[in-house]
Formats: sequence, structure tokens, C-alpha cells
Amino acid sequence: MAHVTRLARSAPSSLLCTVSASLCLTGHIARFSGPGPLLRETADESPARSYGELDAAAEIWRRTAVLVLRPSPSPSRLQFFAKLKAMKRFVYINDESYQNDYCDNRISNTKYTLWNFLPKNLWEQFRFVTLSATKEAWDDYNRYISDRQANEKELWIVKNGSRKHIQAQDIQVGNIVWIRENEEVPCDLVLLGTSEPQGVCHVETAALDGETDLKTRVIPPPCVGLEFDQLHKLKGVIECPVPDKDIRRFDANIHLFPPFIDNDICPLSINNTLLQSCYLRNTEWACGVAVYTGNETKLGMSRGVPEPKLTAMDAMIDKLTGAIFLFQLSLVVVLGSAGNIWKDSEARKQWYVKYDDDEPWYQILVIPLRFELLCSIMIPISIKVSLDFVKSLYAKFIDWDEEMFDLENDTPAHAANTAISEDLGQVEYVLTDKTGTLTENKMIFRRCCIGGTSYGNECGDALKDVELLNAIANGSPHVIKFLTVMTLCNTVIPIKSPNGSISYKAQSQDEDALVNAAANLHMVLVSKNGNIAGRMSVVVLDCQSGKILLLSKGADEAVLPCAYSGQQTKTFVDAVDKYAQLGLRTLCLAWRELESEEYAEWSRLFKEANSALTDREVGVPETIEILRQSGINFWMLTGDKQSTAIQIALLCNLISSEPKGQLLYINGRTEDEVARSLERVILTMRITSSEPKELAFVVDGWALEIILTHYSEAFTELAVLSKTALCCRVTPSQKAQLVKLLKSCDYRTLAIGDGGNDVRMIQQAHIGVGISGREGLQAARAADYSIGKFRFLKRLILVHGRYSYNRTAFLSQYSFYKSLLICFIQIFFSFLSGIAGTSLFNSVSLMAYNVFYTSIPVLTTVLDKDLSEKTVMQNPEILLYCQAGRLLNPSTFAGWFGRSLYHAIVIFLITIHAYSNERSEMEELSMVALSGSIWLQAFVVTLEMNSFTFVQLLAIWGNCIAFYAINFFISSIPSSGMYTIMFRLCKQPAYWITLLLISGVGMGPVLALKYFRYTYRPSAINVLQKAERSRGPMYSLVNLESQLRSDKDTMMVPVATTPVKGKSSVYEPLLSDSPMASRRSLGSSSFDIFQPAHSRTSYPRNIKAN
Amino acid sequence: MGKMTKRRLGNSVISAFLLVGVIFVPIGLASLSASKEIVELVDRYDTSCVSVADKVGFIQNSKTDKTCTRTLTVPRHMKSPIHIYYQIGDFYQNHRRYVKSRSDKQLRYKEAAHLTKDCEPEGNTADGAPIVPCGLIAWSLFNDTYKVSINKKAIEVNKKDIAWQSDKNNKFGSNVYPSNFQKGNLVGGAKLNESIPLSEQEDLIVWMRTAALPTFRKLYGRIETDIMENDQLTVVIQNNYNTYSFGGSKALVLSTTSWIGGKNNFIGIAYLTIGGLCIFLAAVFIVLYMIKPRYVMFPLV
Repeated sequence: MAHVTRLARSAPSSLLCTVSASLCLTGHIARFSGPGPLLRETADESPARSYGELDAAAEIWRRTAVLVLRPSPSPSRLQFFAKLKAMKRFVYINDESYQNDYCDNRISNTKYTLWNFLPKNLWEQFRFVTLSATKEAWDDYNRYISDRQANEKELWIVKNGSRKHIQAQDIQVGNIVWIRENEEVPCDLVLLGTSEPQGVCHVETAALDGETDLKTRVIPPPCVGLEFDQLHKLKGVIECPVPDKDIRRFDANIHLFPPFIDNDICPLSINNTLLQSCYLRNTEWACGVAVYTGNETKLGMSRGVPEPKLTAMDAMIDKLTGAIFLFQLSLVVVLGSAGNIWKDSEARKQWYVKYDDDEPWYQILVIPLRFELLCSIMIPISIKVSLDFVKSLYAKFIDWDEEMFDLENDTPAHAANTAISEDLGQVEYVLTDKTGTLTENKMIFRRCCIGGTSYGNECGDALKDVELLNAIANGSPHVIKFLTVMTLCNTVIPIKSPNGSISYKAQSQDEDALVNAAANLHMVLVSKNGNIAGRMSVVVLDCQSGKILLLSKGADEAVLPCAYSGQQTKTFVDAVDKYAQLGLRTLCLAWRELESEEYAEWSRLFKEANSALTDREVGVPETIEILRQSGINFWMLTGDKQSTAIQIALLCNLISSEPKGQLLYINGRTEDEVARSLERVILTMRITSSEPKELAFVVDGWALEIILTHYSEAFTELAVLSKTALCCRVTPSQKAQLVKLLKSCDYRTLAIGDGGNDVRMIQQAHIGVGISGREGLQAARAADYSIGKFRFLKRLILVHGRYSYNRTAFLSQYSFYKSLLICFIQIFFSFLSGIAGTSLFNSVSLMAYNVFYTSIPVLTTVLDKDLSEKTVMQNPEILLYCQAGRLLNPSTFAGWFGRSLYHAIVIFLITIHAYSNERSEMEELSMVALSGSIWLQAFVVTLEMNSFTFVQLLAIWGNCIAFYAINFFISSIPSSGMYTIMFRLCKQPAYWITLLLISGVGMGPVLALKYFRYTYRPSAINVLQKAERSRGPMYSLVNLESQLRSDKDTMMVPVATTPVKGKSSVYEPLLSDSPMASRRSLGSSSFDIFQPAHSRTSYPRNIKAN
Repeated sequence: MGKMTKRRLGNSVISAFLLVGVIFVPIGLASLSASKEIVELVDRYDTSCVSVADKVGFIQNSKTDKTCTRTLTVPRHMKSPIHIYYQIGDFYQNHRRYVKSRSDKQLRYKEAAHLTKDCEPEGNTADGAPIVPCGLIAWSLFNDTYKVSINKKAIEVNKKDIAWQSDKNNKFGSNVYPSNFQKGNLVGGAKLNESIPLSEQEDLIVWMRTAALPTFRKLYGRIETDIMENDQLTVVIQNNYNTYSFGGSKALVLSTTSWIGGKNNFIGIAYLTIGGLCIFLAAVFIVLYMIKPRYVMFPLV
């Protein structure tokens, strides 16, 4: 047996502990049989949770479980089972006669069946035209292909005692399945046997939970030691819960039928299972009985496609689309009825139209349906395609961004979710994890306090502390024990490489750090088994002395209360506090000899890692500072203790120390205490909200639990009042709850974290950002965006988020503008064509208008930058425009609506007057109107673009040329309706004069308004643009801030006191003068910077400060 | 540091508006003068040519004499070619039912005579034979005729090449002859000579270029001689076409042409208005700029 921990060289050579253990911790016995010493370990907590909370139902079940042990149940019992089956399932091992109606192991990821594809898909696509149906079908086909590959994989099973070679999809519940090394587990199995004599095997669970370390799985005690042949004949029953998706929990019992030992029920846990999609590693073979198959496996149950995240912008666009749809419907009804009335009163007199006098009743629907057809283009189909396209480009920009490339880890930023870039620009709350997010999560063994003596100094780490080294050399018993605990009490799996060096696969960073530190101190872990969480204990047998030791490690709160009374725990408490204040993560190690009950000496040592001083990630305080300037509120949610969290927060600029800032504590053990504390904090917040003091509240997990259950309303108020919060000792589910709470207040939330405990929060938030750091990739995989370093967040939000928001705001509104434009022209024309629903434009032109002429130029908006990245970074306050949704809201939309109406009127009136009388030929007139639309849209795009690159110019004016080229081409086809039209038009001076007139009349007022506003009522964006255009970004933050504040004062007052609902816009649509704009008088004091007389004295100072 | 310079904003706007004004005003003047040069005579005859009260009854009766003589005085010298148009008001050639009631294939190809699907209700005769040319447009072909004489001397109205050459060559077949046309109970408009191919039926070709607006002019023919000032123009009209039942109007138009096309003051006036407005706006901006100057200060770094 290789469970050997060897303390080499300087350690006393006697401490070669081959350990073996038997332990009974929470009432159940972990038994083992078989030769050789064996190390077993059990969590203190998890069994307690599984068994301590047995409710009545489970008790009843436990009793019935005894009943089933007999192989042939009577019919009445079978009925009884049928009832129970609703709650439980019974798996008869290797016994076809009990075959069941559980699903087989066929997996199916496809969304549709052959029969429901059409109706289901049509329904899903109903809201928008089924452009993506083909893509859906293709994706689903690919899923089907990969499913089939998995389903048809061949493997060995035992069925009714004989071995068979079958396809994975034919596995039935109860079959015994054999898996070889590096094979994927085909369904959820309960482990029965492995090639390893000690009954363990290793699995990689990366596909399931994203953790890359190997996990150890053990054979349930009754099956330990079964021979290969015996496994074929094994019979028994496993009682397990109905399928669920909890991959950390499996509360089941196994009972083997005679002749196999045991008439006892043996409990099973997740450690006895092999779950679907895991890989078997470092083990020659393993076999297990299938308990969940097909889509009922833990993976299958949890696979459910996560709810697609909808951005605030998408929601707004949907809302506007809905409004336009209603508008369209009412137009159809009004025009349809008008058309019918006109038809009856006028058209019947028009003999040349030849209406029948007695026509069928449904003729009354013809005109409304004609108008529906004309107006259907009002909702641009192209908007979805264009938005999908630009969104995928935004995502690519993030992927390609070299400034977000993490050189250290060689990882680029990645946008896994391509659809939500705009939301980045609208973030209002950032919820961040501490460990590894604000800190780099590099665990280094820094300090320890052993038996009252502190090792390690200010700057160096404990490993280099001469005193510690001396103590080891001298074999000081405390220190040796300390190192033993460090080495053994963990879940690290040592892997010996051929050249003899040993590397460790650890489940967590702290364990890795500890074992490596111990290794550096000459305590080398050679081989072991293990697993656990929280506080962890290991029982080892010291072969040398025959003593049984309980080694324990955990957070101070967990360990210290267990310390033997009378010990001088104070030293340790002090040490823990001291270390915590340095921003170090602390752990306590303890050991206890089990044999001699009285003798208990606690050795505690604190080790730590990274967190504070030197390891704090580069650029974190600056990032937080910039993002807070841009109006984003920060909440820190961490599992760390309060003092550590506060320390980190201070170091990260998250909170300010007195007197600039103030921390308000919400604490208490009981409901009353917490309630009082909460009330006090809220009062303080209300009172001081006017003062320029940075307030933050601190709450710990315990109090938070009470608050969230009983005082969630008060807490919501607090959440709205407070810009900063520290939540310590919170669990993953509490993190997610907090996110949910902020979401319910209609804030845009961004959760950022790097560990598995952040996954739920990341999935819950509007935007999840994962740091692809050292703590595994779980968070990064679950996240919408993964970045290498926390400091990239500011670029992600301020640059990518902001640009995305601006661009989408323009693109979506422009799409409506151009569709409305052409639609309005059609409607105006219908008034001149007897309200019968004649289309002015031919179908080719209409199609090309949406697909080519107007789509391509505007796509170059993805390159548009209203302000340079540098300016944005220097003036993060400008993000406010995005956060408050000022560039896309009903009032800006009304501006675009008005503009399209105005342009339609201009085009229509000028066209029908210029091309009247002898020139009023239908094809010519329609082409003049279409050309007018194309010209105007080119000017509009040009006007709305802020930066000009070659690509943009090419797209806009190249598009105009392409318009003529396409129409010349169509005009040269004799069979087309447009034959020769374009050539004729281009020869007429009147055509060009008309177009020039349309452009002048259409753009003149728009331009005048825009420049009037730009000059006399500039927005903050305009101010920065002016600065940029003239001499580079010279405006001081102070001035800009004052302007933004004045914006806020007039418009954003509600922010401070109530949840933001009325996000008013300051962005004035060009054609509708917003009342907001007029509220600010022309010579408003907030624009002092334009008045040379006033501010000249103070201005230079600002410059200098800048 | 700290040394400031002033930069005036707004110059670009003002100059942009001035520029637009400077460009638009000349174009407006040119268009307007071109339009003014054109001599145009418009004579609405539909009411005065029918003196009876029951105008619809009069026009629908095939027995009545529909000859009508109109005398016009030419106000200015008209240079040839002088275009003769007929102008119809409140006639919806752009009506949905009307505009699509034609078969382009049938007009072009002899063998496509049976393609009359879009032409209903003027697709086939009562006994099912296809009408060529089918459809409401052809069926309602304008059938007033004009005989023009100047100072009592009859002159020839050239009705050649009044249709687009491209239509004659590529839209209407030279081997497609009218058949079954206007043979139904209801006669819509003009009848066609069945011995002339469609490509030579220029009145039909002109008529079938449907107008987008309810009031439109279509070319009737050209007068190839100049008409002097104060010449007496006599037009003998066969007033056949029924615009009375729907309250439409008919007018005879004689017009010279210029580079801008027919007489159209709209473009010139619009250009002058916009150009003037731009100059006015520029002036306003300048005044605003004088009264309330906007300075932006930029440091010299």
C-alpha cells in the first residue's frame, strides 16, 4: 500500500506514517475490508446534512426498504412500490425480471421531434419571421449527429449474469456497465468494482462541473473485495431518489442479496457514483450499475438550455416594435375602412375599374389586406439580421481586443454570449467576488503560528523564515505535527511522473499551496486518497507509534470552538485577526490524538495566501475608481471573513476610510438584533444621503439570511440607497439571491467572479463575467464573458459596452427609420391612388431597398466611435448616457419616427410636384421617389456617424453607386418592368435637380437643428467631441462632472431616493425638441466653461490637475 | 500651460448654409426661367363640349354627334416641335385593380395570346376567346381625337414616335395583332385597327404607360411648325371619352419644351425658397453669433 507520507531529510526519520483509519463520525460506519492499511476519510459536514435532516417520509421509506430486500415481492408489494415510485426508484442490480419502465439510455439533445417540429418551431418563431429556422434546424441536426455518436458507442454490460456488447443507448437501469480507462461514463452509475484493489477509482468531472482536478470515487462497502467473476452474478437493490440535477448529492442505499455478504442496508453518497460524461482516469477499469439513464441522468437533468439573456436594449426594441405593430394595425384598420368607403362612394362610378356590383362578402377584406401587405414592411425584418450580425461583431471585437489579452496566462478575453454586449454599457451594479477576482488568487504560504509562536515576517513568506526552518531541523513536535496536518489533511492527489518528481492535483488553491509549502519544508506527500469540504478532518493511524490521530483544518470560526477548553486560544485568535487584517486568508489546523481522550493539544497554524499587499492584482483600485466614476455601484460578495473583506475593500478603493467614508455594520445573531441593526443603518443612510460621504454597509452571511427571509423589503430600500456594500461569509446561493434582488429593482447587474462558488451568481446576473484565473475555469465557462484580469473589466464596460450600446441604439432606430420612410411614402401614395392599396414601388425595389440599399451602409456603424477610447477612459462619467438609456428610448425613437415622417413628406411632395403631368409615368415616378429615399438615407447615415474611416465612406457612397449600378442593370433587361427607366431618368436634368432638392429640403432642418444643439446646447458627449476635434481631450473632469451633475440634478433626482424608473432621456431627438432641453436655459451656469469671463481664473488649475 | 486661445465654433454651420444658398438660388433661377420660357396652352373642354344636362347619357349614346370645336389664341410665339397632350383629371390609372390589369407577355409575343389571367374582367370574350390586348387598361383606351388648324388652315398632327422607342421595340410585338378587342357588350374606349400590329399602335402604347397620379397628360401628337403670336388655333374635337360618370376632366394642352421638360414652376420656386431660407438662416446664425458669441477655450499645450 502506498499511502505513505515521508518526511525526508531533516525531519525525524521515524515519522514515516503509513496510515490506516477507521472512523465513525456521524453515526454511520465507514467500513472497509481487505488487506493492507487503508486510508479513509469522511466529511464532518456532508453526512450530517444528508442524514441529520431525515424527515418523516424518509424514515418511512427506510422501513419499507427493509421489506424489499427479499427477491420476490408479492403483487401487493409491487403495488406498494408503484405508489412509492413517484418518490423513489429501485434499481435491481443485474436482474432482468424486475425490468422496469425507466427510460433507456438514449440521450436526446434535440429540441424537436419529427412531429412537433413544424408547429412548435412555427410557434417559437411566430414573433419574428422565420429567418433563423434553417439555422435552428441545422444546429439541431448537428446535435442529433453528436447524440447519435454517443448513443451508438459500443460497450460491455452484464445483463442477467452474462456479458454483452451493446450500444450505449440500449443500457437499461439495473445493468452493470464496464468502463475502461479514459472512457466516458455513458450514464449515471453506482460504482461496484474497480481494478484497484483498495476499491477506488479516479474520475475527471470537467464536463460536469468544470473542475479539472481528478476526483476519487470509492466502491460502497458491501461491494469491496468482490472478485471479477462475482461482479457478474451480483444481485441486490439500490434505493435512490427520483432523478434530479444536483451533481453534489446522491442519497441512496444499497442492499445486496444473498449470497453476497451483508443483510444490512448501506448508504451511498455521491462518492460512490460515476456520473455521465465523466472520464475514468488512472484506473484500468471500473464497473457500476446504471441508476439513471438517458436524459434522466444528473447531467441530462441539469442540461436544460439556460434561459437566453435578453438585454435591456432588446427589451426596449421589442417594446418599440410592439408599438409600431399597434400603429401599423390601426393604420390598416383606418386605411382599410377608408378604402372601402371610397370604393363604394367613388370607385363604383369609375367604369374603367369595373367593380362588380354584387361581389362576395369577403371583398370587403381585400383592401385592408392590401394595406396590411403595404404596411408589413414597417417592422423591419432586416433589423434582426443586422442586429445579429453586429452583435456577433461586437463579440469578435472583444475576442480580438489585444488590450484585453492576458499575457501572463496567454488567454484572450472571450465573449461566450454574443448577444448581450449592449448590456455591458448599461451596467449599474457590479457584484464582485473577492478571492481571485479582486485578488490574483495566487496562494502562497506566508505565515504561521504554531503552538503560540509566529513564523514568517512582513515581506517574505514563512518558508524562508529561518526560525521555522530551525524548528523543523530540530524536530520540534508541534512543528512536525503542523506539517503533518498540512500534508495529509487535504484532497490532493499526488501524481508521480516517470522521472520521479511528484506533482499535485489539488481541488483548491489553498490545498495546493499548503502541500507545496509542506513539500518545500521536506514533508513530501507521496500518495493518498481523499476528498472533502468546509472543515475537514482526517483520521490517520501512525504506524510507528500506533496512535490514531484526528487531523483537522478549517476556517477559524469552525475550528476554534472545538479547541480544548483551557487552551490559550487567545494567541491564535489574535494571530488570526492580525493576519486577516493583512488581507491574508486564514486557515486553522488542529490535531488530536483519538486514543487518549484527554490529551488534546491544538496546534493551529495560519497560512495564507495572497489576498492583500503584494498579491493584489494590478490595476484593481484604478479599475474600481474609474468604474465608480462612471456611476457603477460596487458590491463585494465574498465568502471571506469580515475583517479580511474590509481590508481588501479598503485596499481596492472600494470603500474609503474615515472621515471620507463610513462603514455601517449590519450584524446580530437573532432576528431582533438584525432587524434593529438594519433599521439603524437605513436611517443613517437616509440622513446622510445628502452629505458627500461615501457610505457602505457591511453584512455577513448569517444576518443576510435573516434579512433575506424576513426583511427583504427594507433591504431593498437599503440596496437602492447604498452604492457600496460588503457582504461577507455569503454562500453561493446568497450571492445569487442578492443578484436577483437587485434585478428585481430593475437594475442592470454584472456579476464577476472566478470560482465555482460564483457560478450561480454569474448565471443569475444580467451579465456574468468570469475571470479565467487559477481557480479553475468553472466561472469562466458559465460566464457570458471571460477575461483574464479584473482590470480588463473597465475596458469591457467603458469601451466595448459603451460602443456596443451606442451602435445598437443607432442601428436599431435607423432600421425603423428607413422602413417607416418607405412605408409612409406608400401610404401617402395610396391617397392618390384611390385608397386601394397600390404599391408605388415594384417588388424588386422594395426587396432590394431593405436588403441592399439601406442595410449595408449602416452596418459600418460597428466601426463608429463617437469618442475615442482614450477620451472615454479619461471621462468615464460619459457612461451615464448609456446607463440611463438615453440613446434609445421612446423619446429618441419619437425623434426618428418624426424624421422618417418628415422625410417621407419631403420625398413624396417634391416627387409628385416635380414629376407631374406629362412626366407622371408610374415607373419613373417610383424610381425618383426611391432614389430620393436612398440619397436621404445616405446623408442621414453620414450625419449620424461620428468617425469616418475608409470603410465607412466606401460603404455609404459605394452603396449609392451600387444603387445606380443595380438599377442600370435591371433597366437593361427588356422583360423587366423597369426597362430603360433608369437610363431615361439619368439623362434628365430634372431628375438630378429633383434629387438635389429632396436632399436639401430633407437634410437642411435636420442639420440646422443638430448644429444648433451642438453649438448652443451641447450634451456632454458633444463637449468631449468638440474638445477632441480641436486639440485632443483637454476638458477637465471637473467641468464635465459639473455638467453631468447638472444633468443629474434636473433629470436624475429620483436615482438618489427611489428605484430608477423614470429614466428620462437627455438625448434630444433631432426633430422633436425635448422639454428637457428647454429646461436648461441658454446661458445655463453649467456651461460656464464657454463663458470666458467667469472661469478663466479657475480653468488653468483644472488643466493642471488634469 | 494656462495660456488660452479662443476658437470660434459655428463658422462651419454658417458657411454650410451660405454655400447651400449660393448653389440653390442660381439653380432655382435657371429652372424658373426655363419654365417661364415654355409656352403652354391648356383648354379644358369636357364641360363646354357637352351642353345637355345629362352629360353621361349624352356621352354613352353612340348616336349623338360629339364633334366640338374649340378656338384658342396663342399668347406667344411657339417654337416647334409643339407637343399636343390630352390631360385627364381624377382618373385613377394607378388604381390597384386597374394598374395590374394587363398581360405584358401577351402584348409582346404572338403565342402568348392566351395569357390573360391578370386581365380579368377583360381577359376573355363571353365565348372564351382571349382578347388581345387584354385588360382594363387597354379596354379603357382614350378615344377623343383632335384636328388642329391654324388661322383656318388645317395642319398635320404628327402621331409618329409619340411612344417610347423602347416600348415599340421590346414591349409590344410587331407580329401581335388586336383580336376580339372591344367586342363585348360594354365598349370601354377606342377600338383598334386589327390590321396594324401592336408595336405600331402608338396611342395604345402611350396609354398603357400608366400614370402614377390621378391627373396626368399623355402625348397625342406633335405639330412640327412654329405657331406665331396671336395666331388663331382651331381644334375640332371628337368628344368620345367618358369622364363624366366619375366627374373627371379633360383638357387639351399644347406646349413647347426646354431642357427642363414641360412647364413646371414648382422646382424653380422650391429652389429659390430653400436657397433664400438657407441664406436667411445663415444670417440668423451670424446675428446670433454676434449677439451671443460662443467661445471654447483650448489651452496651448
